[in-house]
Amino acid sequence: MKGVHDLGGMKGFGPVQPEPESEEPVFHEEWESRVYGIVRLIGLLGLWNIDMSRHNREQLPPAEYLANSYYENWFAGIQKQLVRSGLVSEEELQTGRAATPVPEYIMERVVHAEQVLGAPYMTASYVRPAPGPARFTPGDRVRAINRHPSGHTRAPRYVRGHTGIVREHYGSQVYPDLSAQGVDEGRHLYNVRFEGRDLWGESANLNSAVYVDLWESYLEPEP
Amino acid sequence: MAIDHRHHQDHTEPPPDIELRVKALESLLVEKGLVDPEALDALIDLYQDKIGPANGKHVVAHAWSDEAYRRWLLDDPDAAIASMGYVGAQGEQMRVVANTDDVHNLVVCTLCSCYPWPLLGLPPVWYKSAPYRAQAVIDPRGVIRQFGSEIADRKEVRVWDSTSEMRYLVLPQRPEGTEGWSEEELMELVTRNAMIGVEEARQPAAQGGKP
Repeated sequence: MKGVHDLGGMKGFGPVQPEPESEEPVFHEEWESRVYGIVRLIGLLGLWNIDMSRHNREQLPPAEYLANSYYENWFAGIQKQLVRSGLVSEEELQTGRAATPVPEYIMERVVHAEQVLGAPYMTASYVRPAPGPARFTPGDRVRAINRHPSGHTRAPRYVRGHTGIVREHYGSQVYPDLSAQGVDEGRHLYNVRFEGRDLWGESANLNSAVYVDLWESYLEPEP
Repeated sequence: MAIDHRHHQDHTEPPPDIELRVKALESLLVEKGLVDPEALDALIDLYQDKIGPANGKHVVAHAWSDEAYRRWLLDDPDAAIASMGYVGAQGEQMRVVANTDDVHNLVVCTLCSCYPWPLLGLPPVWYKSAPYRAQAVIDPRGVIRQFGSEIADRKEVRVWDSTSEMRYLVLPQRPEGTEGWSEEELMELVTRNAMIGVEEARQPAAQGGKP
């Protein structure tokens, strides 16, 4: 989706305004830490995946997405997901009182402190069986297909239509465009190098390149 | 909801009740049994206090001190990092990109906020902000300048846009004049920002010599 989240190369946001590294807290407000924790723990129930969460946030109204702080967007996203998944009803969200029980099979997945504290911390695997042989190998010239799907995708708009060179094949990994729709399938994933001047023309920095991870279905061979 | 949005756009301040709304959601989820309050506190503590840039600094200082480890880190980053114990969510599939005399690397996530949590902790606000995500790919030298460094024109600047579940860490160059320094001393020169690539490692001179 060519949404408001797809920010690479946009102008007009002003300078980066970093807080000094030594002074910035991990969370600026306590509620941010609670939102973070809730999103992680509910996410571990396995009722949706990382691509659904991302797509959910990408579908916030554009003005809201940009005006909100980061954790406000997470908070907006988790509320939508809770209702959509049926874990929480709209009424429960409004009243703040539990009205419907949670199915047993979900209760069995609720994460407890000892699981949180057990290293390695809550890892996931993104590797999936390959749908077939890899179409590209390192050194191949490829073009990012000029496609504009209405659903979730991880091909940023600034590479579409541009030519790059495959640097590395990362194997077959879960394909976000389908994963966001609940279909868990692998596609070959590549790291592709684009020259700055090819992406940005005269506006490019001297001597610069951008490396982007792109799934095979985002790419076509470039003679 | 529509009224909320309008209200929100008229005021740039976050809604004053967000704290209460988050509390209400937390209570609801605890009441429903979906969130274990102890697990919630444990998870927050983990990312507040335990999983942070010190992990990445340790890996970098070790790579600076031990050439065999450095090669391992670049060739098989997942195994090399796991050997030091820094395994966790959002760090399952790492690539480490090394700065050299000819190359400077910078990491961004233009689409959201992907970041190697087990090595750097949670990202700073600026990393997740629109200005950084927009500029890093088109004007990386300008971004680095905003952090107070200048990358020589002759150096190639490589920007790594984290669009998949691969996560990137920059291995900064070891500053000159640090021969014989211990790993603990070297760690003092490694900043989180240098491991994102918006600056280089601290120079020993700026530290007033050996710490």
